[in-house]
Formats: sequence, C-alpha cells, structure tokens
Amino acid sequence: MSSAQTKTEHGHTDHNYLNHGSGIWSWMTTLDHKRIGLMYFATVSTLFLIGGFFALGIRLHLAKFGATPLLEPDTYNKFMTFHGAIMVFMVIIPGIPAFLGNFVLPIQLGAKDVAFPRLNLASYYIFIAGAAIAASSMIFNQVDTGWTFYTPYSTAKTSNGVILLVLGAFTMGFSSILTGLNFIVTTHKLRAPGMTMDRIPLMIWALYSTSIIQILATPILAITLLLIGAEKTLGVGIFDPDLGGDPVLFQHFFWFYSHPAVYIMILPAMGVISELITAFSKKTIFGYRAIAYSSVAIAAVSFLVWGHHMFVSGQSTLAGLVFSIITMFVGVPTAIKLFNWISTMYRGTVTFEAPMLFALGFMFLFTIGGLTGVFLASTGMDVHFHDTYFVVAHFHYVMVGGTLMALMGGIFYWFPKMFGKMTSDLGGRISWVLIFTGFNVTFFPQFVLGAMGMPRRYFDYLPEYTNLNQISTVGSWLIGLGFLVGLITIIHGILKGEKASDNPWGAKTLEWQTSSPPPHENFTTTPTVTAGPYDFR
Amino acid sequence: MTSVSSSSEFHHQHHFKSADHQYASSKQGIWLFLCTEILMFGGLFVGYLIYHSLYPTVFKNGSETLDWKMGAVNTVVLLISSFTMAAAINYVQRGLHKIAAIMLALTIACAGAFMVIKYFEYSHKFHVGTVPGKFSLVDPSCAAGGKRAECESKISALLKNPAELEKNHVSAEEVTRLKAVISQPKWEMFYGFYFVMTGLHGVHVVAGAFLIFWVFIKTLRRKVGPEYYTPVEGVGLFWHVVDLVWIYLFPLLYLVG
Ligand code: HEM
Ligand SMILES: [Cu+2]
Repeated sequence: MSSAQTKTEHGHTDHNYLNHGSGIWSWMTTLDHKRIGLMYFATVSTLFLIGGFFALGIRLHLAKFGATPLLEPDTYNKFMTFHGAIMVFMVIIPGIPAFLGNFVLPIQLGAKDVAFPRLNLASYYIFIAGAAIAASSMIFNQVDTGWTFYTPYSTAKTSNGVILLVLGAFTMGFSSILTGLNFIVTTHKLRAPGMTMDRIPLMIWALYSTSIIQILATPILAITLLLIGAEKTLGVGIFDPDLGGDPVLFQHFFWFYSHPAVYIMILPAMGVISELITAFSKKTIFGYRAIAYSSVAIAAVSFLVWGHHMFVSGQSTLAGLVFSIITMFVGVPTAIKLFNWISTMYRGTVTFEAPMLFALGFMFLFTIGGLTGVFLASTGMDVHFHDTYFVVAHFHYVMVGGTLMALMGGIFYWFPKMFGKMTSDLGGRISWVLIFTGFNVTFFPQFVLGAMGMPRRYFDYLPEYTNLNQISTVGSWLIGLGFLVGLITIIHGILKGEKASDNPWGAKTLEWQTSSPPPHENFTTTPTVTAGPYDFR
Repeated sequence: MTSVSSSSEFHHQHHFKSADHQYASSKQGIWLFLCTEILMFGGLFVGYLIYHSLYPTVFKNGSETLDWKMGAVNTVVLLISSFTMAAAINYVQRGLHKIAAIMLALTIACAGAFMVIKYFEYSHKFHVGTVPGKFSLVDPSCAAGGKRAECESKISALLKNPAELEKNHVSAEEVTRLKAVISQPKWEMFYGFYFVMTGLHGVHVVAGAFLIFWVFIKTLRRKVGPEYYTPVEGVGLFWHVVDLVWIYLFPLLYLVG
C-alpha cells in the first residue's frame, strides 16, 4: 500500500496510545478504540479462564463412569450450563469483534477512531454489567438448563436463577448490537481518502458482515430472552403448553438468533485468517472479491437455516427438507473462502511463525467441523446424531477449532502492534502444538462416541464408552496446558518482549504503516490510499 | 433540515472531517438502532399473529374486555406528543430555545398522561383479574406447579360476588364480557400478550420521557441550537418510533377482535 508517508521513523516509544495518559482511571474512562479493545482482551480472557475451569471440571467428571463421580448430577448440569453460557455469550461472540475488531478496524480504515467513541466505551461497560448479572446467578440461584434455555424446562420447572442468566445475556446482546452499529457506521463514514469499499481489508469485510448479523438477529434473541423472563415472573404462558403456549415457538425464536450467531462467531475468525494467510504467504490474496462477497453471502444465508436445529422437534417433513437443502448452501461461500486461501498459499513464500500455524490449524479443524455440519444437515443422519456427542464434537470443531484458533493467531499477529513488543515465537509454537494436538485428542473421539450413541448433556454413560471418554479427558488437559503456555508467552511478551519494528511481518494493510504501538490518533497524518490492501506481487 | 453549517460555537469531534460529516454519521447510527427496536417488537408481533390464528375466539373475547376509549385517548395523546416533538426539533433548528423547551415539556407531559391512563387501565385489570397466567389464579400455589385446571381464577371468584363487583366498578355489560372470556380455555394467553406488549412499550415511553428530559435540559442550557441539534433529532426519531409502535398496538389489541 503506497501510504507509507505516515510512518514515524524515529522513536515510536516517545508518544503512543499506551502512554497517552496514565493510571487506571485514564484506562477506565478512555475513548480510544485501541485501549477499549485491550480492555475487552483482559475481560474476555478472564471469562475464558472461568469457562475453562468448568470445562475441565466436566471432563474430569466424565473420566470415570458409574459410582463415585466427581460432581453430583445436579452440579454437573450447572457446570455444563455455565461452561456453555460463558463460552458462547462471553467469549466466542465478543472475542474477535469486540477485542481484535475494536483494535484493528479503525486503523485498517485509516480512521482516527470508531464513529462513536463514547458509545464504544458504553458498550464495554454494558458488557461488564451483563456479565456481572449473569455471573450473579452462580451465587444466588444456579442454573441447570444448558445455554439454550429450552422451554418448558426453563420456564415451568427449574429455579428462578434463569431470570438472572437470561437478563445478563440480554444485556450483553445490547452491547453486541451497539458494537456492530458502531462498526457499520465507521466503515461507511470514516474510511481514509482513497479507501473505497473494494479496497478495505478482508478483516473489515468480515467484521462488517458480522455487524449486519448482530444488528438483525440480536433483537430477536432479546425479545426471546425477555419472554422467558416474563414467563417466569408473570407466567404469561407463551411458551408454556399448560397455558396454551408452544415450546417449539421458543426453539424457532431461539435458533433464529442463535444460528446466525454461529456466524457472528466464525465470520470475524475468517477475516483474521484472510489477513494471516496473505501476510505469511507474502502474496496478494487470491480472489479478494470472492472472499469479501462470500462473507456477505454467508450472513444472508445464515438467516434462512435455523430450522436445522429442529429436525426432530416435530416440525413438518417439508420444513425439514427445505431447511436441510438451504443449510447445504452455506457450504458454498465457505468453500470459496477455503479454496481462495489455499490458492493464495500456492507458490507463495510461506513462513510458519506462530500466527500462521494457528491459521493453518484453523483451516484444518474448521474443515472437519464444516463437513460434519453437512452430515448433520442431512435430515436422515441427524435423526441418528441429534443430541449426541457427534453434535458436541461438531460445534467444538467449528467454535474452538475455528474461532479460538483464529483468535490466538490474531493475538500473536497483532501483538507487536498492540504493545510494540514481540512475543517469543517458540512460546507461540509450543502453545499451538499443545492446543492443536490436545484439541484433536479431546474432540475426535467424541465423533465416535456420538456415532456409537452416547447422548450429550448426560452426567454418566455406559461402560463401553469409558475408553474414549478417558482419552478425551486427557486431551482436555493438553488444551488447558496449551492455553497456559499461550498466556505465559503473552504476559512474557508484554513484560520482557523484544522491541518490535513497525511492520515485523512485512504486511501491507494500513495498521502496519503506522508506528508500533500507534499514536493516540492512529496516524500522525491521515493516510491516502491508492491501491488495494494486499499489494505484494 | 439536511445540512448544518459549522459555526464558530460548535466544534465537531476530532475524528470527523466536518460538522456535516459528524451529523450524517450520527444519523446513520440512530437509524440503525431504531431498526433493532422495530425488529425486537417485530418478534412480539409475530408471536401475536401466530397465537391469534391459533385461538381466534380467545383474542376476540379478550380484546372486547379492553377499554377502547382509553386506548383511543392514549393514541391521541401520543399523536399530539409526536407533533410537539417535531415542533421542538424545528424550533431548536431555528434557534428559538424558549418555545422549543416548552414543546419538549409538553411532550414529556404527554408521556406522563399516557402512563397515567395506562395505570388506570392496568389497575382495573388487576382488580377484575384479567391478568397474565400466574396472577389470574386465586390459589397462588397453583401457579407454582399445581394442576391449573383445578384452580379457580380471580375473575370467576369475582363474578360470584356482587358486592365486590360493585366495589370494582364492573358494569353489567362488563360482566357479560368477562364471562365470555373465561368460557374459553387458554384465555390467559391474550392477557399474556397484552401485558408483555404494552409493558415493553410502556418501558419505552418512560425511557423516551427521560431522554426528552435530557435534551430539554440541553435546550435550556443552549447546548443545542441551529448549528448542532443531533441529540434532539435523535431523541425525536426514537419518540416517533415509540409512537409508531403504539399506532400498531392499539388496533391490534383493542380493535381487532
Ligand atoms: C460456522 C460455524 C459453525 C458453528 C460455530 C456451529 C455451531 C453449532 C452449535 C453450537 C451447534 C449445537 C447447538 C446446540 O447446542 O444444540 C451446532 C449444531 C448444528 N450445526 Fe453447526 N456450526 C457451524 C457450522 C455449521 C455448518 C457449516 C453446518 C452445515 C452445513 C452446520 C450444521 C449444524 C446442524 C445441522 C446442527 C444441529 C445438530 C443437532 O442438534 O442435531 N453447522 N452447530
Ligand atoms: Cu445452525
């Protein structure tokens, strides 16, 4: 990109966004999108540790079948619920957009900040408030419904803790909407001169499509969650068959949000991967437009397929058939992306630093997750696989193998920009090896378990499932270890890392054309853009 | 009112090129937010339509127990408030702060009037027992998992008691209507929707009133004026959406039987 005039050759440690104002108060009241991004980083990481604690608890419990279990059945259900709710609503959904997106989006556009900096800070505190309300259910009245809050169990039977969890999720949804809104307006209105829509980096296209989903789908979740609250407090009966309501309507409402939500989780990850693949192949991305538009296509199709979660809920055969066919269409734009990434690497000068390893890990694991999605989308097979460990393995391959891998890759990639320091590449690679191996050891056996018929969400199982479950538990500790190494590498990088140059990876997008770390307003002079984002060769 | 001149009094934020640029961005943000509001109410409307088609008689009988006169008055109140709000924006744009503030105060007064009328409607329903499921039962233990079919509802208890009827201002005509309601199974469904929809709308009215109060203060302090009126216009748009939702709720709940 020919906009290098923004570079500050001398002393980038002089003045940057990290030392622009000091003390905890200057962080808590900051309007700088970069700082807000890092605050999300700290928050989401903490929540990830809590969610991970529950995960290890679940796996440890399942290492042994039958007598002397680690957790009481009731406690097991609560562990499972908090694990799911924390990971989905507080880690995977906000992870990439609110943290990496907030940090990167304005710089990549050549803007000084997001369109509404105050609203951005407000979204952060709304998120914190939501997380706190949800977490308070752990103290007052634990929830055992699973993260899906299926009625009538959640409304007619279980404790009132559901109200708190649902209210927390509602609040976090509000935060998600405001972040999405901010990103859309920023992308429309704050692009640097010359930054036309067909020159914005693919990360932005991904975040933009994600924001559209956030704005269109989250309100439906909001009303659904409010209705659960109303059901519990007023007994309105809209989902309660006793009063003439219909629990299947709940499922429609819930999945009308939550299926698009899986693309809120994965689209930003795909954006990160597009950046990593081109940067570490030193080659112009293959099929820029195809990747960009496929993000929008995925966002569009994602609204039409929610019924594939309800094949066995008693919906009509015709509906099942239609949802099944439309679901298969999601594969097309997804495959387009994958092929374009591979074509980009082909004959590129590929290097394998830690971020690239995570990108490759993403491609491998996400492919398995996506392909097993096609199995599940076939109604006949889903009758067999539904609510088994096959589904558990499927969504972990996409959500953890996909999104979390991309998040880790993105952290190591943009770390030098964030802190002006390098992480140890060896640390990053060890973390990758542990997570990647551990992940497959944990979740691959679960495909087999599911195919054998082990149901999900049960606190115990038949003796013939023991071996595979034990392998899975061992794997979970490898993953835990991998993230621990990752965390240590990051902390070590922050404290003791070598000084980073402005553009350590030789990447081309705008954020690498300013100093590391960037000044408070991102660029000393507003850049002018004259070419596409990945002008390698 | 599409363009603003950047006068010396008002400085746009540092990351925008000009006041116009900031104004256009803010306006886009507000519209996007209003889309989410409409989608959220949309979910309720979808639910309403589904259950209306499942239980047409329940919704017809239920609708006839609502006081359409109060609903109509409230519709007029909100329409007036939308007018005063629009006028307030216009006066702020023309720099007529005093009359703008009066218009905003009138809008808040309308919001208050709306809520007072709603309060009378709600409290009457609580007296006669046309309330959402859980509260419709005389024996509260029924709501907590007892067999609903064997529980008596508040309405039927009331209808048996002439003294109570008189005390609660229930006319003979209303008695017929109430009897028609409870003759239908699942009659609570209508009131479930009634309270959730009008309740959520009411929360929006209150939130709107606070927002209008906020721009009212801004107007008094002359923080807004011809060169900068984005908050007034944004709050105004929100208020119009609140009004619009009621314009749909009123016929759907009160008139369409
Ligand atoms: C893009 C990333 C994806 C994510 C994050 C994701 C996530 C999930 C999650 C969390 C569930 C379980 C929901 C529950 O708790 O019941 C699930 C189930 C399912 N997924 Fe995916 N998924 C993704 C992609 C796909 C694709 C590409 C397909 C099909 C081509 C697919 C088809 C299905 C089906 C049919 C089910 C329902 C299985 C059942 O409950 O029987 N998914 N997915
Ligand atoms: Cu789905």
